[in-house]
Amino acid sequence: MSPWIVGFLAFILYPMLATLYFSFTRYDLLSTPEWYGIQNYVYMFTKDPNFWVAVRNTLWIIVFGVPLQIGLSILTAWMLTKPRKGMKIYRTIFFMPSLAPPVAVALAFVFIFNPATGPINVVLNGLGWEDPPLWFFSAQWSKPAMLILTLWGIGGTMIIFLAGLLDVPRQLYEAADIEGATGWQKFRHVTLPTISPVIFFSLVTGVIYGFQFFTQAYVASITVSGSTTTQAAASVGAPNESLMFYSVYLWQQGWGNFRMGYASALAWMMFLVTMVCTLILVRTSRRWVHYAGGGFR
Amino acid sequence: MSAPTGVVTRPVPSGTRGVAPRPLPPAERRRRFLSSLATHSMLIVASVMFLLPMVFVVTTALMTDQQSLTRRIWPEPFVWSNFLDVFQRIELWRYTLNTTLIATLSTVGVVLSSVPVAYALSRMNWRGRQATFILVLATLMLPFQVTIVPLYVIFVRLDWINTLLPLIVPAFFGDAFSIFLLRQFFLTVPEELSDAARVDGATEWQIMTRVIVPLAKPAIAAVALFNFLYNWNDFFGPLLYLIGNNRLWTLGLALSEFRTMHHVEWNLTMAASLMFMAPVIVLFFLAQRVFVEGVTLTGVKG
Repeated sequence: MSPWIVGFLAFILYPMLATLYFSFTRYDLLSTPEWYGIQNYVYMFTKDPNFWVAVRNTLWIIVFGVPLQIGLSILTAWMLTKPRKGMKIYRTIFFMPSLAPPVAVALAFVFIFNPATGPINVVLNGLGWEDPPLWFFSAQWSKPAMLILTLWGIGGTMIIFLAGLLDVPRQLYEAADIEGATGWQKFRHVTLPTISPVIFFSLVTGVIYGFQFFTQAYVASITVSGSTTTQAAASVGAPNESLMFYSVYLWQQGWGNFRMGYASALAWMMFLVTMVCTLILVRTSRRWVHYAGGGFR
Repeated sequence: MSAPTGVVTRPVPSGTRGVAPRPLPPAERRRRFLSSLATHSMLIVASVMFLLPMVFVVTTALMTDQQSLTRRIWPEPFVWSNFLDVFQRIELWRYTLNTTLIATLSTVGVVLSSVPVAYALSRMNWRGRQATFILVLATLMLPFQVTIVPLYVIFVRLDWINTLLPLIVPAFFGDAFSIFLLRQFFLTVPEELSDAARVDGATEWQIMTRVIVPLAKPAIAAVALFNFLYNWNDFFGPLLYLIGNNRLWTLGLALSEFRTMHHVEWNLTMAASLMFMAPVIVLFFLAQRVFVEGVTLTGVKG
C-alpha cells in the first residue's frame, strides 16, 4: 500500500522543491522561468515596502488574535463545565459559528459593522457614543473588527479545551481541596498544567493559520471598496492596505500581477518563518507544557 | 491513546459518587442555587453575543432592499420572497450544484485514498514507517501557499484551469489531516482482530476492508464530514481555478460577487448567505456527536 504514500508525498514534495526553484526566477506563467538569482529575496527585504506592511499586519493579527482566542476559548470552555443542565445547548451555540462559510461570515460582519447603518453602531449610538468607529471602512479600526470576526469563530478551539478540561482527573481537585487551595490556586496549579498540551497545540496552529489568513480579509476588502472581480487584485488590502495580510499579498503578487517567481519567494519565506516560530514554541514548551504520560505527545 | 467515544461527558460531581444522596441543608441549597444562577446568566450573556450576528443576518434577509440600507433593525414588512428572488437574480441552483459536486467528489476521493495510507501507517509493519508518518505530520504544518504555485503551473499545462478538475483530482491523492485522524483511530483497534483474520488466511487488503473499516465508521464519518465542510466553505481554491468561468462558480464565489451587480443588495446577499450556510447547519445537527468527537480526537489525543 505504499504506492499511496509515495503518491501522496510526491504531491507535496515535488511542488515544494519546485516552489523553491521558482523563487530564484522571474516567471509570469506565459514565458519560461528566467533565472534571477537571489534578486527576489533582495527585493523583498530592501525595496518592497508592501512586504513589510503585510508582515506588520500579519504579526498584529497573530500577536493580538492568538492569545485572545486561546484565552476566550479557555474561559468559555470553563464556563461550560459548570452547569448541571443545558451544557449541550450552550456548546452548540458557541460551536456553530466556527462552521459557517468564511465568505458568508465576512459579508455578514461587514454589514453588521457598517459605520452608518449597521446594528453595532446603532447600538453604540444608543449607548451615547456620538461618533463610533468606522470599522471596516477605516484603516485604524479594520483590524480590530477583523479580530472580533475571528473571535466569533473560536468554537473549534473551545471544543478541544472543553475536552481537555473534562479530562482533568477529579482526584487532583479533591486533593487540592483537602490542602485548602483557593479557586485561583486550583486553576493555576491543577487545571493549567493539565491543559497545557492543548494550549501548546492551539499556539502552534494559531501561528500557522495566522500566516494563512486570507478569505475573510479578501472578501471584506473587496466589499468595502466595491470592486468587481477583475479589479480585485488592485483593491485587496483596502482600506489603505490595513487588511493586506501576508497571504493576501502573496495572492496579489502571484495571481493579480502574475509575478509567480516573487510569489514563490514569498511562500518560502513564509514557510521558513512558520517553521522557526514552531521550533521556538517546541523548544520553550519543554519548560511549561506538562505531559501526563511523561512522553512527547 | 483512548477510544474517542464518550470523551465529552459531564464528570460526576464530587461528593455524590457512590453515596446515596442526602437532603442538603438550606444554606447549602441556597448557595448552589445562587452559583448555578450566576453560571447560567454568564452563559446566557455569552450565548446572546454568539447568536446576535446570526439574528442580524436573518432579519436583514427578510428586509426590503431600501430598509437594509437604513438604521432600522426589525424588518417591516417581512419580505419572505427575498429567498425566491435570489434564485432569479443569480443562478443559485447552478452554484449550489457546482459546490455540491466539488464537495462530494473530493470527499469521496479523500476517504478512498486516505484510508489505505492510514492503514499502512498504523497496522502494517515496514521499514521507514515511523519516518514516513513524521513526514505526513510535517506536511500538516506546511502552509498550502508553499505548493500552490507549481500546482497551478501543472494545472495550466494540463489545461485544467476553469474546470472543476483541480478542485477534485488532488483529493484522490490523500489528505494529511485525514490520514492523521484515521491513523489515530486505527491504532485503537486491538491487534488480535487482525491476527485472527490473518490466521484465517485474509490478505492485508481484506483485513482493511472487512475488519478495520467497519470498526472505524465513526472516524471515517468524521473525516468525510470535515472534508465536505472544508470544500463547501473553501474560497481560495475556487478563486484560483474557477474565477474565469462563471458557469462553474461555487456559492462562495457567487456570493462575494453579489455586490457588484448594481449596488450592494444586502437583503439578497444575506438571504443567499443563509442558504449557503443551511446545509452546514443541517449537517451539524445530524452529526453533532461526530463533529465534536472528531475535533477532540485531532486536538488532544496524539
